[in-house]
Formats: sequence, C-alpha cells, structure tokens
Amino acid sequence: MTDDAILRMSGITKVFPGVKALQDVNLVVRRGEIHAICGENGAGKSTLMKVLSGVHPHGSYDGEIDFDGEPCRFSGIRDSEKHGIVIIHQELALSPYLSIAENIFLGNERVHRGLIDWNRTNADAAELLARVGLDENPVTPAMDIGVGKQQLVEIAKALSKDVKLLILDEPTAALNDADSAHLLDLLRGLREQGITCVIISHKLNEIKAIADSTTILRDGRTIETLDMERDLVTEARIISGMVGRDLEHRFPEHEPTVGEEVLRIEDWTVRSPTQHERLVVSGANLTLRRGEIVGLAGLMGAGRTELAMSVFGRSYGVGITGRIFKDGKEIRIRSVGDAIKHGIAYATEDRKRYGLNLIEDIKRNVGAAGLRKLARRGWVHDNEEFRVAERYRTSMNIKAPNVLAVTGKLSGGNQQKVVLSKWLFTDPDVLILDEPTRGIDVGAKYEIYSIINEMADQGKAVLVISSELPELLGICDRVYAMSAGRITGEVPREEATPERLMQYMTRYDEEQIIQ
Amino acid sequence: MSSVAPARPDKGEAPSPSRGGVADRLFSVNLRQSGIYVAFALIVALFAILTHGSLLSPENMSNVLVQNSYILILSIGMILIIIAGHIDLSAGSVVAVCGAISAVLMVNHNVPWPLAVVLTLAAGALIGAWQGYWIAYFEIPAFIVTLAGMLIFRALTLTVLGNQGIGPFPDQVRTLANGFLPGYFGNVALGPLGGADAFTLAVGVIGVAGIVFTQWRTRQARAGYGQKVGPLPVFIARMALAGFVVMYIIVQLARFKNLPVVLILLTVLVLGYTLITTRAVFGRHMYALGGNLQAARLSGVKTKAVVFSLFVNMGVLAALAGIIFAGRLNQAGPTAGTNFELDSIAAAFIGGAAVQGGVGKVVGAITGGLIMAVINNGMSLLGAPSERVMLIKGLVLLAAVAFDVWAKRRAGTSR
Repeated sequence: MTDDAILRMSGITKVFPGVKALQDVNLVVRRGEIHAICGENGAGKSTLMKVLSGVHPHGSYDGEIDFDGEPCRFSGIRDSEKHGIVIIHQELALSPYLSIAENIFLGNERVHRGLIDWNRTNADAAELLARVGLDENPVTPAMDIGVGKQQLVEIAKALSKDVKLLILDEPTAALNDADSAHLLDLLRGLREQGITCVIISHKLNEIKAIADSTTILRDGRTIETLDMERDLVTEARIISGMVGRDLEHRFPEHEPTVGEEVLRIEDWTVRSPTQHERLVVSGANLTLRRGEIVGLAGLMGAGRTELAMSVFGRSYGVGITGRIFKDGKEIRIRSVGDAIKHGIAYATEDRKRYGLNLIEDIKRNVGAAGLRKLARRGWVHDNEEFRVAERYRTSMNIKAPNVLAVTGKLSGGNQQKVVLSKWLFTDPDVLILDEPTRGIDVGAKYEIYSIINEMADQGKAVLVISSELPELLGICDRVYAMSAGRITGEVPREEATPERLMQYMTRYDEEQIIQ
Repeated sequence: MSSVAPARPDKGEAPSPSRGGVADRLFSVNLRQSGIYVAFALIVALFAILTHGSLLSPENMSNVLVQNSYILILSIGMILIIIAGHIDLSAGSVVAVCGAISAVLMVNHNVPWPLAVVLTLAAGALIGAWQGYWIAYFEIPAFIVTLAGMLIFRALTLTVLGNQGIGPFPDQVRTLANGFLPGYFGNVALGPLGGADAFTLAVGVIGVAGIVFTQWRTRQARAGYGQKVGPLPVFIARMALAGFVVMYIIVQLARFKNLPVVLILLTVLVLGYTLITTRAVFGRHMYALGGNLQAARLSGVKTKAVVFSLFVNMGVLAALAGIIFAGRLNQAGPTAGTNFELDSIAAAFIGGAAVQGGVGKVVGAITGGLIMAVINNGMSLLGAPSERVMLIKGLVLLAAVAFDVWAKRRAGTSR
C-alpha cells in the first residue's frame, strides 16, 4: 500500500478555541483514485481539507502529512498548489467581470516580458476548456455562463496549475442533475488521466456512482475507510457510518389529514425583471390544502423559486398577472407585509443571503418577521422576544448555548431551524419551503422532515420546493412538476415515481400542459 | 427516530475550555463592547494629567459640551444612517443652509423665533426627503446622492445668504445654543468646592436615581423571564460608577453656570434615540436591513420607507444643529458647517459602527464624538498647533476602526 498512496495524513489534530475540530484523523488516498469524504456537517471535512491545502498552515495543527512520497509542511495555499494540490471551494471564486480565460490564469498569468500575452492566454484557455468539455469562448465574461459551467471553469483553472490532487468541496451542491452528471463524467475522465480526486459530498448516490473509496468522518474523528467495490457499499451503509446509527428510514412516517383548500393560484404569470419579454412563470395553477404537504419539482431554471417569490409579496419579477384565493376568497398581495398578514410564509433556498441576518443573534432573527406580535404601539417587548426565541430553540432543538448566539456561527442545519422558527412565529396558514434541506447533514434533514410533518399536522398547508426527487417522494402527499415556467404535471403520492416526475420535469412541449 | 441513540464516545471528553480560556473570552467580549468607554476614560485621564486638571475644570467642561453639541447632534443622525448601511456627506452643507434659512426668517423677515425654528426644521425634513427619495426609491448610492447634496446645499446657502453673514439672532435662540438655566433655587455651599447651583444638583440626583431605578427594573424583569443576569456586586459597581461620573459632571457644571440649555436638549435626544434604536420596531427594522437587506425585505420590512425616514430624520437633526450653530455664533455664515459631516462620521466609527452596517449604538457615537472633542480641547489647552490635532484625530479614527476589525477577526465573526 505504501507506494500506491499519493497522500497520507496521519494523526491530524486541529484545535480551535474551545473546540477540537479534528482529533487524530487519518486519511490515506491511493494514487489515481476518486476518494470521497463523507460526514455530517461539522464532522470536520472542510477543516481537514483546509489543513491539507495549507489554509491552516503547518504549526497550527498536530500530525503529519506525506504527499507524493515526501513529508509536507505547507505554509499557505500557494505552497500546496506548488506541490500540485488544488482545492475548489463550495462557493465558486470566479471574478464575474473577467473573462473565462482571465479567470483561469488569475494569479498565474501567461506573461511575455512583463506583459500579458493575450494570444497565448486565450489559446491555452481554449485547450483547457476542451479538456473539461466546455464549449464556450474563452473571452466570455464569467458572469454570463451558468453555475454548472463556472464549476467546469474552476476545474480548468485547477488543470492549468498541473494539478496532481484535486479537492472538490460539494461540487454538485448548486448544480442540476444534467450538470452534475456531466461533472461526474469529467471526474472519471480526469481519473483516467491519472489525476487523483478527493470529493466532499452530501449526495450519496453520486458517491456511490463515482468513488473508489470513501472515508467517513464523525465528530472530528475518522470512523472508517470503505473500499466501494470490495465492501459492496450501499448508501444505507454510508449513512449508518455518518450518523453512527442505522437509518432504516430516511423519512419519518406521516399519515396526512388533508382538509379544505387554503390557497389557490390561478393563471399565474411572471416576467423576468431583466428581460421583460421572457415569461419566467406562465399560466401556472396550483392548489394547496390544509394539512397537506405538496411538492414542487423542477430542474434548475424551471421557475419554481420565481413562482414562489412572486406569490410571496411580489418579491420577484415584473408584470405579474393572475389571481390568488385564500380560503376561497380572492386576495391581493402587493408586498411581503401583505403576504405575512394573509398567513403566507416563504423560507428561502439561500439562507445566508436571503434568510438570516448573520451578524445578529438567534433571538433577533426569530423575531424578525413576526415583530408586530411582539410589539405594542411600535415598541418591542424585549423579554417576550427572548422567551419566544428560547421556546423555539428548545422545541426545534437548535444547537446553541442560548438565543444570544450569533446565527452566522451556527451550522447549516441549525441556521435552517432558525429560519423555520422565524416563519412559524408568524403563525402562517401556508408555508412555502424552498430547498429546506440544502447543505444540511443527514441527521438534521430527518429533524427538518419531522418539523414539516408537524406543521402539516397543525393544519398548515406546506409547499416544498426541492431538487432532490427522493426527498419529494419521501415527504410529499402530492407533487407538482414544473418545466420552463409551466406546471407540467400533478401526481399524487401513490402514483409518484422518479421516472414519472422526471418525464414531466423535462417536458418542454407547449401543447402538453396539464388540463 | 426510533433507533437506538448513537454512542458518541467523544462527547463526554469534549474539550472543555480551560478556566483561563473562559476568562479570556469574557474579557475579550467585554473589551470589544466596552473598549470605547475604556478608551474614552483613558483619554480623559491622560489630558487631565497633562493639563494639570484644567481639562476637568468647571468652565472648561461646560465649554467642551456646549462647543460640540451640534457635532454630537449630527452624530446621532449619522450613526442611524451608518447602521442602515448608508452614509451622509451633505450634513455640513445642510447645517449651513438651515442656519441660513433660520437667519433669513428671524432677522430679515422678523418671523417669531418659535415659528422660525419649526419652519427651519421642516426645511431640514424636506431636504432629507429629497435625498432620501433618490437613495431609497431611486436606488442611487447614498455616497453619490449626498456628495451632490454637499454641493447643492452649499450653493443654496450662498444664494439664501446673498454671500454674506446674517445676524444677530434673537436672545432666545442664542440662549438655546449658548445659554444656561437660571438658578431656580439659588446656590448651596459645597465646602471646599465653593458655591454650586442647587437646581442643577437636584437634577443630577434625580437623574442618577432614575438611571439606577430603570436599570434595576430592567434587571428584575429579565430575571423574571428566566434570563441570566450578571452578579449583583458587578451591577452595584456599575451603577456606582455611572452615578459617580454623572454626579462629577453635574457638580462641575453646577459650580460654573448651572445647566447649559443645549445639554438638556442633547440628553433628551440621546435618551429618545437610544430608546428608538433598542426598543422600537423601527429600530429593529433599521438594524435588520443594515445587517442583511434582502433578508429584511423578505421578512416584511418596508426597507425603502425605513431608509427614507432615516434621511428625513437626518435632515431634521442637521437643521437643529444648524440653528444651534448659527445661534452660537450669532450669525449664519456661508462657511458654516464645513467638515461637520466628516466629524460626525468619524464620531460614529470611533463609537463602534461597522463599515458594512448593521452595528452601532447612539451612545457609542456620542462617546466617539466626545473623544474627538476632548482630544481637540485637551491639545489646544496644551497649546498644540492645529495640524498636530488633526494628525492625532486621524490616527485615533484609524486605530479605533482597526481595533474593531481586529477584535471581530479574533472572535471569528468577520464576514
């Protein structure tokens, strides 16, 4: 095994003030393999990769790193890149106004006598783009291409640095299925070219599809390293390693009691705020009933979020037409305030940008949308706010010492619980949850599902927007599918299969809209 | 989750922070929150020693407060705008144009002074509404709008004044800016300190009692809601310190010329705005949109209306400062208010505001303003040339913000 290991990290311990993030972690990566790292959020995956790539320099951790047969003591990212280790972070780091080629060679410019050699820059970039299978002109600004393609540019950038070990942190988190599939294919191709990959992912089906071995971390320790082929590893096997228990059911049992109609949307049409002639949502009809959990499936760009946000107080889009009925009566919603008053809540897909005030504590965030319930004549009742927040912290099982903890420091799952608390406190009849489990570890997902069930049991109508079909099939009583701005299908739970939903989600023919 | 609870062996021996670590964290948290007040105390102590006590003499203390009242009033409006993530570069010019308007009304047109004051404040509100419209509803960055405003309102000042100073002001306006309360109860003897105004002392005693009482009630209410409150001795020590500081200032003022009218006005403003920022829905909305504009909007905050009101408020406060400044000089001049915006911005940032918005306190801005005032005053008492005063003020501003950035990074909350 010695020769065939390109990377050997042993006894890595990394301590942050008050927290042992990594404790005696060992990681062995064989040359030319795709090695997955799994673990719940906070298990130490990202910290381990930061140690490896020199973000946490030598001396700030204990343990040894051997790379390519020699002991390494990286002082920074540049140092590790010199050795051929390149990390691609979850949040892509392309400069939006620079061209693809400029981004690829940023910090590594193709220079001739102190000036940039543009011909060589663009020619080399084109060659790299071909290697990653991206058919774009190298002079296109990075902001003009989609997230999936930006990911490929990041990989091209890594290849330009003669990468030996490529680390990808949640590379498909923001990608749709087609782009994800392309990316996985590309990684297989790189493996054939002899590049070793370490991939951090929450998507177990992808790991199963692509990884040669998998190391599982839990609470800052190595639990095990599985050889995917030899050990006949299943998704359930990985999950049990991650959470330290057998997750027989990934979704909680739920017996719905569906009541009368709460919200009906008729002939809803929304235009893009940047291109007014483009219909982002077109003629959509949707009905939600009390106690029912309804899914909204669709590929990226299908208009799901846009539909939800335009209903939620016209937070998205222009030229919105259509009618909204609440409890059978037509209502007008002109602002987010109106929507909240009418008992509609929308929890965003992007917690950090649209959901939370990250510099404020849990208390202030929980109270943010329902402040009028805490106030009399414009004055906030401080202590009542504290009590409310404390109640949600306990009932939602938000892991923080108290409600004065700053939300920016919480893990994704706990942040999501704060967002849900905020909206539950407004006492809504209709809850729209946009990607409620994105970037959340398996254990916390189960908790979120239980909370969703509980909301439905309280008689609320819940609309769940999700890109993960198993999730929709697992928790929803009924699923709508959207494609290119239209609702293309409506399937009750009993008849829902991934294949059938996917069929509707990829239906672009205008004739075949549901009756 | 019916399955067996997972065995997580390392939870038990999870790294419990050592005693030193806890103390260290407590200290650093406190330092970041109270660092500005500690710094203020140190600066006062330093200049008190360097000037052999002249800084804290009754006359000088009264002067420092009265001379800087208009900057402090502007700082209140400015910190609110900075919390919301904006800036106002036009404040100095608005001070000038409002001073000019009040002078034209009172001196040239003999409008009765109370009406003139109200009209001037309304003019300030209108100016604020003008800038607020472009910033909040037309969505032009405040930097640009108020930079334009800085030029526009300076130009209007010159037009209104016809390029010359206008004065003198009615006595009442001069009293507001410069005057003192009459001694209602006469003087009392304070032993070696000499005579002091009885009414001022009474106000001080009632004020301290009020502070202690409200703080105690807040503490009791918190405890009643099951929140943790600090240890009682710490509370008592804090109250004693606050009481001492307030009474020291009051006694010195009482020994000089009673209470300055403008100090009463300033105290009312500070209390009122502190209440609004900490307890009112409006204040919550302001912090929420400063911290994350999109999240605030999607939580139902009328972000545009809040930003608009903040600029209207700034206009009114600038008008008030304009009247006081003109009244103090007894003349509205074309160069009035020059650089006031920079002084008030500096006060806000020294007082702990964050460049990205979402953070700051009214009391912080006032303390920041007083730090600059004490440096100004102390150095001029020492006979330092003005270029050196400027140099020191610049370094203090940089150091204050650098400290804040450093503390944030150390706490790991930088974003």
